[in-house]
Amino acid sequence: MAVMVLVEHRQGEIREVTWEMLAKGQELASSLGVELQAVLLGQGVEGMASELRRFCHRVLLLQGPAFETFNSEPYQEALKAILEERRPVLLLIGHTAQGMDLAPSLAAELRLPLAPDCYDFGFSDGRLWAHRQMYGGKLSAEVSLREAPTRVITVRTGAFDPAGLREIGGEVEEVEVPLGDFPYKRFLRLIEAPPGEVDITQAEVVVSVGRGIGGPENLPLAEELARALGGVLACSRPVADKGWLPKERQVGTSGRTVKPKLYIALGISGAFQHIAGMKDAELILAVNKDPKAPIFRVAHYGIVDDLFKVVPALVAKVRERKGG
Amino acid sequence: MDVVVCLKRVPEVAEVDLQLDPSGRAIKTEDLPFVLNDWDSYALEEAVRIKERTGGTVTAITVGPQEDEEVLRRALALGADQAMRIDDPRVKGSDAYALARVLARAIEGIPYDLILTGAQASDDGYAQVGPALAEILGIPHATLVTNLELGEGVARVRRELEGGMEEEVEVRLPALLTIQTGINEPRYVSILGIRRVAKKEIRVLDLDALGLGEGEVGEKGALLTLRRLFLPPVGEGAEILEGPPEEVAGRVLEVLERGGVI
Repeated sequence: MAVMVLVEHRQGEIREVTWEMLAKGQELASSLGVELQAVLLGQGVEGMASELRRFCHRVLLLQGPAFETFNSEPYQEALKAILEERRPVLLLIGHTAQGMDLAPSLAAELRLPLAPDCYDFGFSDGRLWAHRQMYGGKLSAEVSLREAPTRVITVRTGAFDPAGLREIGGEVEEVEVPLGDFPYKRFLRLIEAPPGEVDITQAEVVVSVGRGIGGPENLPLAEELARALGGVLACSRPVADKGWLPKERQVGTSGRTVKPKLYIALGISGAFQHIAGMKDAELILAVNKDPKAPIFRVAHYGIVDDLFKVVPALVAKVRERKGG
Repeated sequence: MDVVVCLKRVPEVAEVDLQLDPSGRAIKTEDLPFVLNDWDSYALEEAVRIKERTGGTVTAITVGPQEDEEVLRRALALGADQAMRIDDPRVKGSDAYALARVLARAIEGIPYDLILTGAQASDDGYAQVGPALAEILGIPHATLVTNLELGEGVARVRRELEGGMEEEVEVRLPALLTIQTGINEPRYVSILGIRRVAKKEIRVLDLDALGLGEGEVGEKGALLTLRRLFLPPVGEGAEILEGPPEEVAGRVLEVLERGGVI
């Protein structure tokens, strides 16, 4: 019996979500009285294994050229063999680009219950429950995973705090699994984020626009506020998707993470992916017509009004103050 | 190239105060506007572009009641050749795996080189049906696709990773790809365009026609069950500044001065 965590790594680095899952995994494994195990698939990753074993009872280390970079096909085949042999009660996978490519097909192949993108979960009276968001973060849902030899949860990034990890000092167990060929899916290359002309991560003031800006013709209004405050203009995903601003201005998990002194969110509802990229700003001001917009849960100050009325007033006040 | 695209009609919840229905497990949808899931509109556009480039067909599929035909009409207006709707009260309560199973049965009889789905749906956000469907059909998949090129028997795609990074992978066809928003610019569909395809036949199938039994779908077939909906935990929450814009702007200035921002 064990709680298992799939280690996520890229370019020789263990990714933060791994430590977050191990922190939650320690809590669950100890309440169930079972081992916490980390499954590490890679090539030349002994160093990672010895780092990881400090915080779990056992690192299952499987190395081979198929695991040089992430590819869901060999990952799925290896995990299938490991799960069938060891039957952990719970397998945790990050709800990330890797996890989203792997967990649903793995669960479907083995017919295991899967709860995706969960920010909390636990056992009560033998029942495994999980909490996750729906409707763009406006509501939460409690789901139950049916009884099964192994159940799978993909874990939202940032949901658990790795600061609470305690030393366990476990062992590394090398695992061998017979693997076939993987002719169907081939990794070609990683493409780094292109450097933009403006680096929004360095700015002290970020004025960010979302869907509520309406169209590219309204961008100068927000730009004016950014300029008055000596800051830069950024955006949420829909604005970059529509090509109104270049991708390097996008704040969020798939864009940039910013920690400015001041972050002003204009017409941004506050999907989790966006919030993850700006929640550590020192001061957050949100302007949105919808009082139930999730952005108001992380903002320090909020204005529930039309941004087209509020922004000109703000620009005028800032100019007045700076001029005077 | 023959492409199947899976579509979902979802409630539009921005600027709406969501209310729970008496069961506490669903929202009241009577007064909500419904739209094609944002991710699916990019998948549909991509399917139509592939047809325009390479020839072949586009088949649009949805699972849902009569009202959901709206998204299929949109697909037909854009150039889809045929549309199929799976409608059966027994599907209610299905989880993503059960839904993937329903779609798999419906797609099995159609020739295809590529299946496209949205990377996720805006209502439940599971991001699960696509890859599960690929697994059931025994074909490879790639998720979160932001760029797609077709070669001899392969698709070369870019997948979105974190922090602005991407990866390029090659997938052998037939394959399933889940499409990320921003991959293209979905074109506008006029009401006239939709009216033009109003008479076009949409095949409607139930579970019997798909050879699926009650135990395989719906709540009985589900491995994941939604128990209740609730308001997410609120942190401290924002202090809301109220009043006319000039007054509110003045208070913001005070806050910024106190915070040493200006």
